[in-house]
Amino acid sequence: MLGKRPWKMAAGLAAISLLIAGCGGGDSDGESANSNTVVIGLSEPSDLLPSNVTDVNGTTILSSLFYPLLEFNARKEPVEAAAQSITPDKSNRIWTIKLKPGFTFHNGEPVTSQNYIDAWNYGAYGPNAQTGSNFYARIAGYDDLNPEDPDKEGPQKAPTPTTNKMSGLKAIDDLTLQVTLSAPFSSFKTVLAYSVFYPLPKAAFASDGVIVEGFAESIIGNGPFKMVGKWVHDDKVVVEKVANFKGKVPKIDGVTWKIYQDELTEYADLVTGSLDVQTSIPIEALSSAPADLGERFQRSENSGFDALGFPVYDTTWSNPNVRKAISMAINRDEIAEQIFLGSRSAAHAFVSPVVAGYRENSCGEACQYNPNKAKELYQAGKGPSEIKITYNVDGGHKAWVDATCGQITASLGVTCVGNPVGKFADLQAMARAHEPIGIFRLSWSMDYPLMENYLGPLYSSKGSSNFSGFASAKFDQLLKQGSAASTPAAAIKKWQDAEDILVQQMPFIPLRFSNNVYGYSEKVTNVEIDLFMKVNLYEIETIA
Amino acid sequence: MFRYIVRRLLQMILTFFGATFVVFALMFANQDDPIQALAGEKPVSDNVRAVLTERYHLDESFPVQYWYYMKGLLTGDLGRSMAGRDIGEMLSGAWPVTLKLSALAIVVAALIAITAGVWSAIRRGGFFDNSTLLMTLLLLAVPIVVLAPVAQLVFAMELRWFPATTTARAGLYDLLLPAVVLACSVMATQLRVTRTSVVENLRADYVRTARAKGLTPRRVTWVHVLRNSLIPVITLIGVDLGMLMSGAIIVEEVFNIPGVGFNLARGIRAEDGPLVVGFVSVLVVVFLVVNLVVDLLYAALDPRIRYE
Repeated sequence: MLGKRPWKMAAGLAAISLLIAGCGGGDSDGESANSNTVVIGLSEPSDLLPSNVTDVNGTTILSSLFYPLLEFNARKEPVEAAAQSITPDKSNRIWTIKLKPGFTFHNGEPVTSQNYIDAWNYGAYGPNAQTGSNFYARIAGYDDLNPEDPDKEGPQKAPTPTTNKMSGLKAIDDLTLQVTLSAPFSSFKTVLAYSVFYPLPKAAFASDGVIVEGFAESIIGNGPFKMVGKWVHDDKVVVEKVANFKGKVPKIDGVTWKIYQDELTEYADLVTGSLDVQTSIPIEALSSAPADLGERFQRSENSGFDALGFPVYDTTWSNPNVRKAISMAINRDEIAEQIFLGSRSAAHAFVSPVVAGYRENSCGEACQYNPNKAKELYQAGKGPSEIKITYNVDGGHKAWVDATCGQITASLGVTCVGNPVGKFADLQAMARAHEPIGIFRLSWSMDYPLMENYLGPLYSSKGSSNFSGFASAKFDQLLKQGSAASTPAAAIKKWQDAEDILVQQMPFIPLRFSNNVYGYSEKVTNVEIDLFMKVNLYEIETIA
Repeated sequence: MFRYIVRRLLQMILTFFGATFVVFALMFANQDDPIQALAGEKPVSDNVRAVLTERYHLDESFPVQYWYYMKGLLTGDLGRSMAGRDIGEMLSGAWPVTLKLSALAIVVAALIAITAGVWSAIRRGGFFDNSTLLMTLLLLAVPIVVLAPVAQLVFAMELRWFPATTTARAGLYDLLLPAVVLACSVMATQLRVTRTSVVENLRADYVRTARAKGLTPRRVTWVHVLRNSLIPVITLIGVDLGMLMSGAIIVEEVFNIPGVGFNLARGIRAEDGPLVVGFVSVLVVVFLVVNLVVDLLYAALDPRIRYE
């Protein structure tokens, strides 16, 4: 049967293949060249429900769909946006948030204080497992929603919370919200700018504390743009301008957030003009970017911070002078220029320059490249003759770790090798188990612009990213005093004192701060990338 | 013939379960902390960890996890990825574009390989034969990691003949450049095999008979010889088709095609067992079906082959 007409069959198969390949084709992105919209590239976000979003891709898309309670001006001070005023009582414990009237969600619902309460309660409720849940931890009643597991890793499970409402949240009236904190915190206002504090409309909830299935796919916000259609996974999210928006009005009519798997691919689209803005140009393309883009290749600072940590639980590294010697053996400027091609700059402080309270050279002599002094200190402190620097191979760290090792070897005359592990999680697990991992790398980028957001997680004894085992009662004490201080300025004073302890102890050595290296097409102008690596959607314009 | 097909289908079921079991076991062995992988380098709070561990049965033993997965699979529920997306939906989103891409690639590869293969076999030792030999050696030597970005740089960024990237909704033209790059990875072998097979057949008795009958040289080569030379080539194309679908990871990344290869790479990076097993299961089925079709094609090409 089949055997009679093999040629026709082969031709038929080829035709079918071509048909499969051809069908449904020709569907281009549909942004006409002269429309007042822009295409901005990013990677696939993990989610778009505000309380479950902590990655930069998700928060960037959300920044178009939601209007924050407050934002930051050029001097990095908080300025009210959707809020009329945010004021603490004398003790800095009870905060009153007054909302501006007249705001609506994209479905027409008015924005009320209850919308904020519902969203925050959902985010904080333990069993919902929202990745941003610890941002609500300062609010009174958070602990009731997150009861502790009685035996930690053991067989017993944490009990189900008895309530799904935080006692610290109270709606005074439709536009007034009262937040009681479990402890005084004078800088709470700054924290409120983060995306987990966006409100959710009534339409988001199927019943009390239950989000409608698939709400994140076509999310309804209160921002200057609304979603067109659904989130097309691994492809794009399209948003268009809301008519008669009550807040600050953007100059563009819409944004297509185009999703890329790879930054080099994204760069190819930027160069050919299919993409308008790339917020982060990969290192591989940095040498050709000035030629490809000219004036449209730009740089600005962001909050990223790279450091090396010492396992202070390991007696080899228990002498602060030895740790200082390593720090002084490293030529930070050379690595920032040669390896990172200016996408990073040398760090001489323990907090990023983008936060209030940053002092340019707070680390002092200990972070200056001084090979002779380093060698003296190292020999006097009897530092080890063999050093390894542990890093995860999946993050492109090999080049700079090898270069750093080279510098250490040259300065101190010791053997230094990079010790690659698979993933960052492996590194973390090894450090937690106090395995002999040697010096290890780590990075941090802030969630809200406070010194505390660097000092707390990285260096405090209970810090979530403190893997070094460094614990200083005095440091913890100062950090706490800073949070409880009566004014933000007083808080900064305490936090700077805390930073000075780090300079003496050197449990970590600051290496570099990151910069945004971004580029844009000939179609757009006024492109700014902020500290959070987000495009300023209110300033960007298209060229007609 | 019918009994043969049924027998093959039954074997397929067994292979399918065996393959998913092996892949699931491999993913289980590879898994150390998928929850941390999900969060990148940011810390994960104990509460979130506890809830996710329970939701994905991560603290259960291997047989229990496999049981949960198979129970879902048999009721048509492929489960959710670690990022919370429905794997069934991810599959139906990713497969069409990969099918398009690999079908286009295989057509491009087969057309060029067979035409050039026959041609160089006829003029064995001639200029064309030698230059194709050189070309194929070159293609075999240059890995796709190099070929894909170079093709993108030259044809999309410099010459601007093709778009630099495509999407899941890409049309035929958008996919042409990635398909040609992909075709290059299999074309060379196909070409060499065609050539050798045709050279052998040209010496066969039936060719002399056909010529003696007074048939035109064109008919002798392109009908009699080619048909008899195709069996090894078809086998190769069948295997290649499966390879193209699973092996498009690099091409899909360079040209931003959210297909099967991309999803597999993502799943492996995120230690996302269910996601990888879901995609591999479908790949296994495709491989099995393509192999069956290839076997049936033998009978079509050579009437002496019969299946009972």
